This record gives sequence, structure tokens and C-alpha cells, in this order.
Amino acid sequence: MSETTTPATPTTPTASSRERALTVGVGAGGLATADMVLNIGPQHPATHGVLRLRIVVDGERIVSAEPVIGYMHRGAEKLFEVRDYRQIIVLANRHDWLSAFSNELGVVLGVEQMLGMEVPERAVWARTALAELNRVLNHLMFLGSYPLELGAITPVFHAFREREELQAVMEEVSGGRMHYMFNRVGGLKEDLPAGWMGRVDKAIANVRKRLPSLERLIVGNEILEARTRGVGVLPLETVRAYGVSGPIARASGLDVDLRRDAPYLAYGELFGDKGPGRVVTRSAGDCLARLEVLLEQVHVSLDLAQACLDRLVQLPQGPINVKLPKVLKVPEGQIYCATENPLGFNGYYLVSRGEKTPWRLKLRSASFNNVSVLSEMLPGQLIADMVAILGSMFFVVGDVDK
Amino acid sequence: MASEPNANESGQPGQPGRPVDLPMPTVGPASMGVLGGHAPKPVKVVLNWGRRYSLWVFNFGLACCAIEFIAASMGRHDFIRLGVIPFAPGPRQADLMVVSGTVTDKMAPAIRRLYDQMPEPKYVISFGACSNSGGPYWDSYSVTKGVDQIVPVDVYVPGCPPRPEALLHGIIRLQEQIANERLSAQKLKGRYAGTRVGSAGDVRRPLLQRGAVSGGGDR
Repeated sequence: MSETTTPATPTTPTASSRERALTVGVGAGGLATADMVLNIGPQHPATHGVLRLRIVVDGERIVSAEPVIGYMHRGAEKLFEVRDYRQIIVLANRHDWLSAFSNELGVVLGVEQMLGMEVPERAVWARTALAELNRVLNHLMFLGSYPLELGAITPVFHAFREREELQAVMEEVSGGRMHYMFNRVGGLKEDLPAGWMGRVDKAIANVRKRLPSLERLIVGNEILEARTRGVGVLPLETVRAYGVSGPIARASGLDVDLRRDAPYLAYGELFGDKGPGRVVTRSAGDCLARLEVLLEQVHVSLDLAQACLDRLVQLPQGPINVKLPKVLKVPEGQIYCATENPLGFNGYYLVSRGEKTPWRLKLRSASFNNVSVLSEMLPGQLIADMVAILGSMFFVVGDVDK
Repeated sequence: MASEPNANESGQPGQPGRPVDLPMPTVGPASMGVLGGHAPKPVKVVLNWGRRYSLWVFNFGLACCAIEFIAASMGRHDFIRLGVIPFAPGPRQADLMVVSGTVTDKMAPAIRRLYDQMPEPKYVISFGACSNSGGPYWDSYSVTKGVDQIVPVDVYVPGCPPRPEALLHGIIRLQEQIANERLSAQKLKGRYAGTRVGSAGDVRRPLLQRGAVSGGGDR
């Protein structure tokens, strides 16, 4: 923030006011045509963390934009190599801190496939339910923070009220409000607490009941619509070229969802003929479309979670995990395991040499691609729309920088 | 820390494509006003009372913990009732910085820079395992092992991420510390005078070295 607004202090006594104005811009020539370089971030309230954008502007228009990343690079991939397969989950759920459960899933699914492990049916359905609740939590965060960036402070309070309600049931089952650490290779850490499913039912019903009041504040609001409709249009070709995925890609009309197209867990059935699952798409590709996709996905995810719970009640009692050997070694080989995270494709490329730690665990995170496209989207836009576009990309900086 | 301000570059029109090097912001020697150092005890109590219940907070949100910080500011936990005001437009208007999240070596200079821009008296809460010590990234090549390596920290809140209630507790602890504070302009001048650059060791407050939190007379 400070870097963007602080004028250069005149250190030379001869600097006239004209020269001082020019020190801010870097282009040669007169003031009217001088390009100005603006640093947005790394500490900027609209970047959800520490993304930095280096923007060249000509007047009010953005000429070029370059995302500068790495301020949140924590070296997770390298650390995976010195953690055993139980410990990896701790780090793996932290890169995208809003979708911890889905991040864990990718790792354990990959390891289970490598081991050829059969996971108990109850664990599969419980995992699916929790993953969908996590998706709702993730989307609610953005549904609150995006209007905040556009100047509306009220929706975030509504969003967090729903978040607290759902976080309470997630915490009851896993012990964590954000980083659940509830997945284990072969299932879940513990069985579901007695009476938990009834409380989830109630929580889902409460969220469903109150969601319209949040919705009315967002999509029914003409100010928000004026700020977002037709702004920051992301064409389908760019989506394909940059590997953009998740709700952002679907808002541009890319009808891809790994839950339906490469089903894992119980999604095959849920997205089947009679299942409640459906893929939400829009064709406009502007900020409003992205927000609408997010909002509708909340409804779909609540339906999916409810369907999983209904199934869990019917399932006979049984184990929820597989007993693991004391030293867990994964046979030699490699696998790429991708899941549909709330923000897009999340893939783990796991190479094992038969040791108890992976030889390499490459992480393909959604936000990295989704943010790269900013350099394509921002040029030509007005500065005033910059925050609206930035916020509508729904990224998490930890997911960008890993 | 920040690079030396280059007089050549900042005074002249920059070359095309090169960023303009802004000098480090410097402020005058720290001063607590006339009352700060010599005030009789009742006045100090009043001053501290005012200071502890109007903490304009600047959230240095870095990672997961920032979400819990936001949760603490929302309706259910609501730290505004403790007198913590999260509407500081920037570090220059803030009294308290909450560092929530992983501090990386790339981010560290910016944290120090923004800390230096805060006016005295200023306080820092380190929120979460990462900013306390590096946390789960304790053996990472790119993570700073604790924000206290670059700025002095008044209260550490443990957890990964800590619950919002933990932040509320940390705030109350900080307020207890402020209530017992004796701000002496002389001491602060000695530490901060002139340019405010120095290693973290130089700027450590006596507050920290005393260690134990006495908790005030009302407990």
C-alpha cells in the first residue's frame, strides 16, 4: 500500500516540482503520455494475502500487468520429500488454506492407488460429504470477501455466520476449524461422532435457509452488478491457453469438472443419471458470471453433502479406515492424481522409489494458472476495475506460491 | 532490510522500465509527549488506559491465520468489543500490527518496512505457529523462522491456526502489558533515534525481557 502511494522524497535540493512528478513515472516525454508503474501489493488488502502486481498504466488504462509471485513460497514440495506419507498430509492441506480437506484428499488418493488399497465404503461417503462441506466453506469466504473488495461490507458478515455454523460441525468431527488433518491413507482418522450426522443435517438446513438473504445482497444488488457485469471478460481461448480451471473456467463456458469427468470418491454416482450433482457453467466470462458460478455451486455442494449424509445413515456400521503397517512404504512407481478442488484442478504427481518418503511430489495447484491469466486480462482495463477483476479470480496466494 | 536509497536515481527521472527506488521512510526521534516520561502515576494510568482500549490494528495477513483473524473480527467473536479497531487505513495510522501467517524471506523486508512506518508506541502480536517460529515449515529453505527475527514481538499466540478465541486472549494479554507499561521517552529515543534501522535485538523492548506478565492489580 505504502509503496503505491508514497511520492518519491526529493533527496536532491534542486528537484523542481516538475521533475518530482516525473520521478514517479518512468516513461520519457511529457507528463500526459508518461507511463506510470504501479506496485499493487505485496501487502494490499485486496489481494487475499501477498500477491504483488506490477502494473504499467497510461492515464487510467492499464497497459501491462505482471503478477510477481513468490512472497508466500514456503517450499512445500521440497519439504514433502523429507516427510513420510503420514506427515505429508500436514503440509499438503496448508497450501490452499481455504480447501484443506480437498488438498488432503489428493495425497491420500494417490498413495492409496499406488498401494492398491481398498477404502471402506463408509470412509468414501464420509470423505465426499466433508469435501463438499469444505467446498461450501471455501466459496462462502469468497462470497463474503469479493463484495468487500467492491465496497460492500455487509455480505461478509452473513458469509461468516454461515461459515461458523459449518465450521462447528467440521470441528466436531475433525478437531480443526481450517486444517482438518482428518484424512489418513486408507480412510479417515476416526469414526464419525455419535449424533454428528443429525447436527450436520441441521447445519445444512440452517445455511440453506439463510443463504437467500446473502444472495439478495450480492446478485440482486445493482451497484455490484454495475461494477461486475461485462468487466474482466475472460475468453474461452485464453482459458484453454492458460490452463485455467475451476469456477473461473466454467464461468467462461468451459464445461469441465473432474467430479463428473474423472470421478473419484463417490462422485461417479452423485454425478450420475439420478444424482444431485450438476456442473454449473456460464458463458459470459465476466466478473459477475464468476460470482454467479460460485454462488450456485454452493447450492449444488449443499445438495451433494446432503445426499452423502443420507447415504451414510443407510450404510451398515463398519470400519472407516484400514489398519496401516508401522512403516508405510509406497511401491516404486509414479502416479498423477488430480481432484476438483473448490478453486480448480489440484494435482499431485507422486514419484516413489519404494521408500517411506516420496522421491518427488509435484504439486499442480489451481490458483497458479488462474493468476497467470491476469497478465492477459488486465491490459486495456481501467484501474478502477482492477480490484474487481483481481477479486473475481478467486485465488489463494498459498495455492499460487506453494 | 531495504536497500540504501540511491540519491542518483530518486532525484532524477527514472530510466524507462526501471522501478523508482523509494527511500526508506524515516521519522523523527520517538517522543511520547511531555507527559509520557515524567507523568505522575495516576496520569500514567489514564494514559495507559486510553492506549490499551483504542488499538487501531493493522492486519499483516499472510496466510491461513489471516482467515482466522478475519473470523475474529466478525460477528461471533468480534474483537472490536475489546477496543481493537480493524479499520486502520495503513501502518502509519496503526498502533498494533498482527502478523498472521508464514513470514517468508522474500516478504520479511516488507514487514520490517511497514513496521518502521508505524508510529510509536506500537505493538506486535505474532499470530500462529508460522510467525512464532516457522511452525510446520520449520525446515523450509524459504521461510523466516519467526517474525521476531525482524521485528520485536509483544505477544505470541500459539496454534496452527489459532482459534479466534486465542487471538482474543492474546489481545487481552497485550492490554494487560500496556496497562503496566512505563513509557519513557529517553529509553525509546536511545533505541530508535534517527533512522530506525537496526537488528531485531536492538529494538527489543524491556517489556519483553521482563518476560512474565504480571496481569495487573485487578486479578
